[in-house]
Amino acid sequence: MSNELTVHGHPGVAAPDIHYEDHEVHHHKETFITKYVFSQDHKMISKQFIITGMVWAILGGLMSVLFRLQLGYPDTAFPFLEDLLGKWAKGGKIQPEFYYALVTMHGTVLVFFVLTGGLSGTFANFLIPLQIGARDMASPFLNMLSYWFFWLASVVMVSSLFVETGPASGGWTSYPPLSALGDASQGSKAGMDLWIISMALFVVSSLLGGLNYISTILNMRTKGMSMTRMPLTIWAILFTAILGVLSFPVLLSGFILLLFDRHAGTSFYLSDIFIASTQKALPNEGGSAILFQHLFWFLGHPEVYIIILPAMGLVSEVMAVNTRKPIFGYMAMVGSLFAITILAFLVWAHHMFVTGLNPFLGSVFVLLTLLIAIPSAIKVFNWITTLWKGNIRFTPAMLFAIGFVSLFISGGLTGIFLGNSTLDIHLHDTYFVIAHFHIVMGVSAFFGMFCGVYHWFPKMYGRYMNNTMAYIHFWVTLVGAYLIFWPMHYEGLAGMPRRYLDYSGWASFNQFGELNRFISTVAMVVFAVQLMFVFNFFYSIFKGRRVTSQNPWGSTTLEWTAPIRPGHGNWPGEIPEVHRWAYDYGKDGRDFIMQTEPIGDHESKH
Amino acid sequence: MAQAIPAGQKWWSGGKSPYNVEYGKLMMWFFLMSDAFTFGAFLISYGTIRFSSNSWPDPNAVFRSFPGVRGEMPVPLAFVSLMTFILIMSSVTMVLAVANGHANNKYGVAKWMGWTIVGGLAFLSCQAWEWTHLYHEGAWWGRNPFLNIDGTQSSTNFSNFFFTITGFHGFHVFSGVVINIIMLIMTLKGTFEQRGHYLMIEKAGLYWHFVDLVWVFVFTCFYLF
Repeated sequence: MSNELTVHGHPGVAAPDIHYEDHEVHHHKETFITKYVFSQDHKMISKQFIITGMVWAILGGLMSVLFRLQLGYPDTAFPFLEDLLGKWAKGGKIQPEFYYALVTMHGTVLVFFVLTGGLSGTFANFLIPLQIGARDMASPFLNMLSYWFFWLASVVMVSSLFVETGPASGGWTSYPPLSALGDASQGSKAGMDLWIISMALFVVSSLLGGLNYISTILNMRTKGMSMTRMPLTIWAILFTAILGVLSFPVLLSGFILLLFDRHAGTSFYLSDIFIASTQKALPNEGGSAILFQHLFWFLGHPEVYIIILPAMGLVSEVMAVNTRKPIFGYMAMVGSLFAITILAFLVWAHHMFVTGLNPFLGSVFVLLTLLIAIPSAIKVFNWITTLWKGNIRFTPAMLFAIGFVSLFISGGLTGIFLGNSTLDIHLHDTYFVIAHFHIVMGVSAFFGMFCGVYHWFPKMYGRYMNNTMAYIHFWVTLVGAYLIFWPMHYEGLAGMPRRYLDYSGWASFNQFGELNRFISTVAMVVFAVQLMFVFNFFYSIFKGRRVTSQNPWGSTTLEWTAPIRPGHGNWPGEIPEVHRWAYDYGKDGRDFIMQTEPIGDHESKH
Repeated sequence: MAQAIPAGQKWWSGGKSPYNVEYGKLMMWFFLMSDAFTFGAFLISYGTIRFSSNSWPDPNAVFRSFPGVRGEMPVPLAFVSLMTFILIMSSVTMVLAVANGHANNKYGVAKWMGWTIVGGLAFLSCQAWEWTHLYHEGAWWGRNPFLNIDGTQSSTNFSNFFFTITGFHGFHVFSGVVINIIMLIMTLKGTFEQRGHYLMIEKAGLYWHFVDLVWVFVFTCFYLF
């Protein structure tokens, strides 16, 4: 019955408000509040996401500078730290408890609030309607709620920095029993509760966003926009959203059980262990701390793909535009995204090789983990082949796209080391792991994000970002990232464990004192350059060179058929119809052919 | 917030929805998949802990009470059978409401939505009674008076999981009843009649059936095994 209805309900952008049929634009009244604060326009929501994400990135990055200061100069006191942090840096030295809090919050903030909320939230919101040819998201109202839940989660997380006992300090993975017992550490008290509440709100935000992304992509495509004509950005975002919708709820279950363990005397994760601080054994019985790890990593592993897939999509699109070539192996790219999505759910226990996991089960997870190398390699070779003999335009976005591929290869190769349980037993919890995941999902996802920001900034704000600053940003960040994380591989291979605030007491790791100082110095330089990027971003919003043509990059996709500064509804008049895939570059002697152009009579097949 | 979308509304000329399904329905299906993973995680956690325990209380011995009956019932699980029956019947009435919606029969939709709400409230009341009864027997989060089936002292996890998971399910039923009441009000106000379709009833129905389906699994895991 309902299948006969062709309903594209737009609660927010209700049809009566915008009459495009007669080609004149009626601006419906918008106040400051409805336009900039509680906006239901996907473009404004995406800007809200990116700016919130940038605030978080600065905060999370600053935390890493603080603890790198400690790691680089463990013997030096910095009085300004005491001014800044008070009792957490008594005498100008970061206290051990606070060191843990810093690394925990650094991880949480960057993984969830920047690279999930900031990255997906920004580009899914901005690109989906514009690239598939829709007026807005399926439900602009839920979309708005998705941002405001993210905002609420942010407020709770920030407030946890100011409670007396400090923010959560049990690591971004918040393993029990540490996270379940307020007695176990300072950070396991109120800070931990706020952390869980904030993350629960974050899950709600990501669910609302994800449902919207999926149904918009599946249901709101313009005429002619078949699934296989979609740009790879949209494919990547679709798979990201599916991963999020199916994995975050498991984390939510894990957190609910954790909350009960904390406050209702249950024993889901707790058993009769002995607590040093109280000199007593727990009354609990029968729980399993490993259970939490399973629940956590069932999200935790897909989470790293939630971070990297959008970056892959952005890079694929930018690379095709700036090589003036079709992306190599479009279907293989889609297929490998799909394969990664499936495998993402089947490899979580490779984070748990040293938990006492049955070695046979471990070997199954080794096999499944190493299988991910196949789709990853397909993607890498396709990017390289796209570059091959390309007419490359080295725009800042393109440089970041190439940088992404470089980092993804470097970080991906060490993933093969860590995916083997036999090697992992040696490398687990060392700096090798830190180096691996920072390169492969931290820095490279950031590169994908920068690539997207530089490329779509003209569409977002109608102005370009400053190129000189962009080039400095790129080179310092790329070289800096390698200088920071490459040496960590050696430290890790030498057995240097993570999560210690001072290695000078160890004869075996004393030799790395100079190296740590070097890494810290580079980290500060790189952080300063990110601040320059932020400056460039805000400066360019107001003072950047104006975009004067509709399609400044000579791109084929639909967002460049919209006006330079599209209003709410994106296209005045009819939504453009699509006649071809998104990658007709350098075809039949033409530089590029827009997706809206009908197939000619004598056109060759791609 | 919602603007009334008339039947057959096309957002722009040409083109069609690829699955010919309205976006909200698609969203509901994906939400239900997501929710299924939440419940799945709970039930798998329960299974993990239960099978790593040496022994576990026998549900046939625990669930033997019935309101108004002194002492124990001669048959186990009588009350929960009634609860399950009520919930499944509320699914049947929901099916009838959706069918009446297809026939654009406002009176029929209102009648059967009413009965669905009654069923939901009855189920919630039963659950409230059962929780109160168990509480008075000494069971609660962190407390478990029941012995294992082999006569040994049990860990508290029997109660922990029981209250957490049936509570989470009960919360879903409660949300469903609230949604259904809103749907009933909208039906009586003639909102759907104006739109010319009862799609919202269908979406509420999807949610309601899902909550019923989850109960089947919860029931199986806690009462039958």
